[in-house]
Amino acid sequence: MKLTLRVWRQQNADADGAMSTYEVDGISSDMSFLEMLDTLNEELILKGEDPVAFDHDCREGICGACSLVINGDAHGPERTTTCQLHMRSFKDGDTIDIEPWRASAFPVIKDLVVDRSAFDRIIQAGGYITAPTGAAPEAHAAPVPKPDADFAFEHAECIGCGACVAACPNGAAMLFTSAKINHLNVLPQGAPERETRVLDMVAQMDEEGFGGCTLTGECATACPKGIPLMSITSMNKEWLRATRKVAKR
Amino acid sequence: MTSYVDYETGAPVGDGKAPEGPIDERWDKRRFEAKLVNPANRRKHTVIVVGTGLAGGSAGATLAEQGYHVVQFCYQDSPRRAHSIAAQGGINAAKNYRNDGDSVHRLFYDTVKGGDFRARESNVHRLAEISVEIIDQCVAQGVPFAREYGGLLDTRSFGGVQVSRTFYARGQTGQQLLLGAYQALSRQIAAGNVEIHPRTEMLDLIVVDGKARGIVARDLITGRIDTYFADAVVLASGGYGNVFYLSTNAMNSNATAIWRVHRRGAYFANPCFTQIHPTCIPRTGDHQSKLTLMSESLRNDGRIWVPKAKGDTRPPNQIPEDERDYYLERIYPSFGNLVPRDIASRAAKNVCDEGRGVGPGGQGVYLDFADAIERMGRKAVEAKYGNLFDMYQRITDEDPYEVPMRIYPAVHYTMGGLWVDYDLQTSIPGLFAIGEANFSDHGANRLGASALMQGLADGYFVLPATINDYLARNPHQEAVTAGHPDVREVVAETEGRLEKLLAVDGDRTPDSFHRELGELMWEFCGMARSDSGLRKALERIPQIREEFWRRIKVPGTGEEFNQSLEKANRIVDYLELAELMCLDALHRSESCGGHFREESQTPDGEAARKDDEFSYAAAWEFTGTGEAPTLHKEDLVFEYVHPTQRSYA
Repeated sequence: MKLTLRVWRQQNADADGAMSTYEVDGISSDMSFLEMLDTLNEELILKGEDPVAFDHDCREGICGACSLVINGDAHGPERTTTCQLHMRSFKDGDTIDIEPWRASAFPVIKDLVVDRSAFDRIIQAGGYITAPTGAAPEAHAAPVPKPDADFAFEHAECIGCGACVAACPNGAAMLFTSAKINHLNVLPQGAPERETRVLDMVAQMDEEGFGGCTLTGECATACPKGIPLMSITSMNKEWLRATRKVAKR
Repeated sequence: MTSYVDYETGAPVGDGKAPEGPIDERWDKRRFEAKLVNPANRRKHTVIVVGTGLAGGSAGATLAEQGYHVVQFCYQDSPRRAHSIAAQGGINAAKNYRNDGDSVHRLFYDTVKGGDFRARESNVHRLAEISVEIIDQCVAQGVPFAREYGGLLDTRSFGGVQVSRTFYARGQTGQQLLLGAYQALSRQIAAGNVEIHPRTEMLDLIVVDGKARGIVARDLITGRIDTYFADAVVLASGGYGNVFYLSTNAMNSNATAIWRVHRRGAYFANPCFTQIHPTCIPRTGDHQSKLTLMSESLRNDGRIWVPKAKGDTRPPNQIPEDERDYYLERIYPSFGNLVPRDIASRAAKNVCDEGRGVGPGGQGVYLDFADAIERMGRKAVEAKYGNLFDMYQRITDEDPYEVPMRIYPAVHYTMGGLWVDYDLQTSIPGLFAIGEANFSDHGANRLGASALMQGLADGYFVLPATINDYLARNPHQEAVTAGHPDVREVVAETEGRLEKLLAVDGDRTPDSFHRELGELMWEFCGMARSDSGLRKALERIPQIREEFWRRIKVPGTGEEFNQSLEKANRIVDYLELAELMCLDALHRSESCGGHFREESQTPDGEAARKDDEFSYAAAWEFTGTGEAPTLHKEDLVFEYVHPTQRSYA
């Protein structure tokens, strides 16, 4: 098929950006969206033009590197990562808009590549269980009820791609932050740091300049891993509980 | 200049660090004999760790917990994204929770046998011992392993073994283990014990007075080339499967770190030992940029078959039961669909070569879940494999609950890598290699669910114990600075290479060269290798290399975010490494594990080892680009597992 692409081009963080238009031809419906961009880039290189920069790595939907807003939707029209989106979701003659994640906490580095290090700093603020190597008790010492283990897993699936932030009209990082808090706080191993974890991670999230949450729900709709919107509710509950408990101390 | 194939054999290389004595006491003994660094002195030592996958992430976190100052690098935008994250199936551990006869010794035995007797016994035994601690460690970190209703951990079985020792987190075990290591690392970053450099790629090693003292790295955002100094350098940069262009590796996984240190003197061992994974989604066309694996765990319940007749193009559901060939169950009745990876891959190739392959181009076999769905019910299959089925459907637009999956082998893992001793130290003092970057534990074939085990064993437990010994014996060396002549030389070389890439301004893209090399390697150094094929590849590679330096086109400059430059620079190294892989494959005229030489097979077409000639690890020493390298042999001694011809029938 033949497509018209309108792509956000921006030389670097300080430069102004703009949409540029490109035509691509001979696109197969079996191609992934990124393979379609590879095709464009091969042509641009041979023409002596700068290829379009975009983040990608595993191309299996698990590393969380790819991050495109396609026709206004984070990761495009299907509920998956950009790398797992295939051209069969589009038709011959389509015009496709391709933009980077848009959020003040994710500044653009070049073209479609953004800086998501704010997510790392949220994890550094408390998204872990303190368990130095060598200090672990026997794995079966603390059984975890299956429903709790499943709840933890459901939230641990987050790939840290940032689609939730990109989709949110407020640029909030509530879904990302809550996913990690819920994963760890439900487990017996996570209990000792339950309160500090939620308080510190939420404080860091605010400090990074993410927006506030108005429970629009766009985040959960965009999430390629299906982290549920209720995750935010659980985090709010954890936060209130922790605030009360810490105040009592 | 001598011809590349006329290599010389140098002095044998010995593993001077593995203690003698009973095998189950060696690791304890080594830990006791290793010198320690006084806790108060540790913060004065800087250790560089390159890579943040399972091995690098766990090593960085653990070294920092011990009190060392860690400076860590990854090319990704975050240390959470290394390709360990894509491992699906699970992690082995000799916990024997099933009471099914498992033990440390059995895991050790299975791994040595699975590796076709080309791994070091001492290393493998240590790995099996540590496996049980890894599960404890990961559970303590909150890794959400699959559990049973009683709250205890669930396990499943994997190829090449007859016990159920694989712990898993649905089809995302690698992701969950990696996030555990990443979170431990994040804690140390927050504490100021680890200085992290994301989007920074190591381009060379700094060796001063024969010891590894730092690295040259490029900031991928600004293009700035910087030097970083340390008392020891740890490479956890992964394998080199991307030499083949199409593989299950991440797009940016690369061999530059290991190849550059090889050029600086580190021996490269068994480069031809690559693993072709039997269950990947077949390619759909020339646009294919990578291949996606379907976890081997699917072979627990899926049945592999092709039509009995050649060129049978009927849809699978119209092929009656008695016209199907469940070839693995037929040829290997006791292991059936769970034979080791190399055997399953080769069998798939054989039936496709016979003209019985399915799907476009006949490059595929069926992996059928109809029986499993009938036996367990669709719900149970969904619970076990749901995300894998979804992934398959998304990529192929076919519903595996209704139509059998089509699978075909693809390059997946590299058992070869930097030669290391029992301490995981390379032949350059102060340079260590862990995880897939080293060659040590899997011999000629890795068993499923053992890569995660090895990465974490190396990172959490082995390296943090052995590196002490080196640091204690090499205390407070004179500081190296950017002004040191050796450092200036390496930096100038690196800058020169990048400038040269940008200056050619030819007419071919980096990808076009990578693809050409990959196709050549897949054809001649893939699932089956022959003397004549390898010689053809060895003739062709230098020609591609010459053409590369004449016709490569890299747009932009070096002083900016430039993904084409990153790619081109990695291809420079693939073009040299590929040659060594072919030479190693040529010199090893036996078949073993993933290395199948057509000239060396049993009458039934199985791999025939030649223990008299090849019971050694081949450690190659670099002598110059395109120059014949020097071979150093490390003899393998088997005291506990007697080498036999592997049989899974």
